Amino acid sequence: MHPSPSGAAAPSDPPQPKSPRDLFVSFTWLALQGFGGVLAIVQREMVEKKRWLTPEQFLEDWAVAQVMPGPNVVNLALMIGDRYFGLRGAIAAVAGMLAIPLVVILMLAVLYAHYAGNPQVAGALRGMGAVSGGLIAATGIKLIPQLRKHPLGFAACLVFVALVFGAIALLKVPLGWVLLALGGVACAWTWRRIAP
Amino acid sequence: MSQITIAMQWHDWLALFGQYLLLSLLSISGAITTVPDMHRYLVAQHGWLSDAQFSSSVAIAQAAPGPNVLFVALMGWNVGLNAGGGIGAGPGAWLLGLLGLSVTMVGIMLPSTTLTYLATRWGHRNRGRRGVRAFKQGMAPVVVGLLIATGWVLAAGNHSGDAPAWHLWLLSAVATLVVWRTRIHLLWLLGAGALLGAAGFV
Repeated sequence: MHPSPSGAAAPSDPPQPKSPRDLFVSFTWLALQGFGGVLAIVQREMVEKKRWLTPEQFLEDWAVAQVMPGPNVVNLALMIGDRYFGLRGAIAAVAGMLAIPLVVILMLAVLYAHYAGNPQVAGALRGMGAVSGGLIAATGIKLIPQLRKHPLGFAACLVFVALVFGAIALLKVPLGWVLLALGGVACAWTWRRIAP
Repeated sequence: MSQITIAMQWHDWLALFGQYLLLSLLSISGAITTVPDMHRYLVAQHGWLSDAQFSSSVAIAQAAPGPNVLFVALMGWNVGLNAGGGIGAGPGAWLLGLLGLSVTMVGIMLPSTTLTYLATRWGHRNRGRRGVRAFKQGMAPVVVGLLIATGWVLAAGNHSGDAPAWHLWLLSAVATLVVWRTRIHLLWLLGAGALLGAAGFV
């Protein structure tokens, strides 16, 4: 289908999915690795391993996936699938993200009903939860170097990162307000900085 | 899980579907942001789920592979089981569980994916516009901040009364460092976390 927006400048053809089936299998595999959330895996598989996305594209797509309603990683899968194979690709990617994991989670729920009282099971869940928090935080930290090329300048970007972190994690401001206020200022300021 | 028995009429299923269609459009930046409203609707207002069923649905989805939105499927599954007399009641209850799962999952997915599909196509066609570029680039630092904050909130959410809290923070911090600095497979880290938890270290 249509090539990726910034693909024209790439030295050679960037890697891309071969077919909707490739998308389905890739996203199924990706989702099945995503304990405690899939985002960290998306970044590693799509950007670092398969290279279907550059870090810049990942950040831009992720921003859109995050501000649209709906589960972020599902929105991201939809966008990547649509970019290569249109509606068929979008459906294949989203189906890959959801179908098999849905079966797995149902089996886990039935198992859990038997072992809910076991302290080892509760402890294992707690340990995995602590690790998965670290995975998501590290995904954000790894994207910081990308902000060096940002039109606002690196220092201003770091101030926005800190303000968003403080508002959400420490002050518990509802997300909608944070996106509206800090996101609005960041976008308006960027709009003034980039050439028309 | 504390099982409860409820009666669901066809208009109850329809109302459940409508509620999830609505929540789908409100779930800016992830379904997890609508959890408080789901609790209000399912547990407090209608009594279709017990508190324990509600919170374990979220916890299992967090620990299981796949996108976290699958907690919605578990809530629907449990509503169906409750309507069918519990998981021990046989195939009829399982079928109602699958009905509940379909109602909530299709409800939470359909409006948001349709909207995202149309909006991103529009954005791609108009990617040269100054407004579109300003939006995508301007949101980048905000998104980085959100990711780090989400990691923090998830790490903090594991802390309950009796466990020594600094162990959990240390584990989260070490996991952050390792993922940031190495390319080790993430499943090894989660496995290590599960082992440490099961052995009682965190």
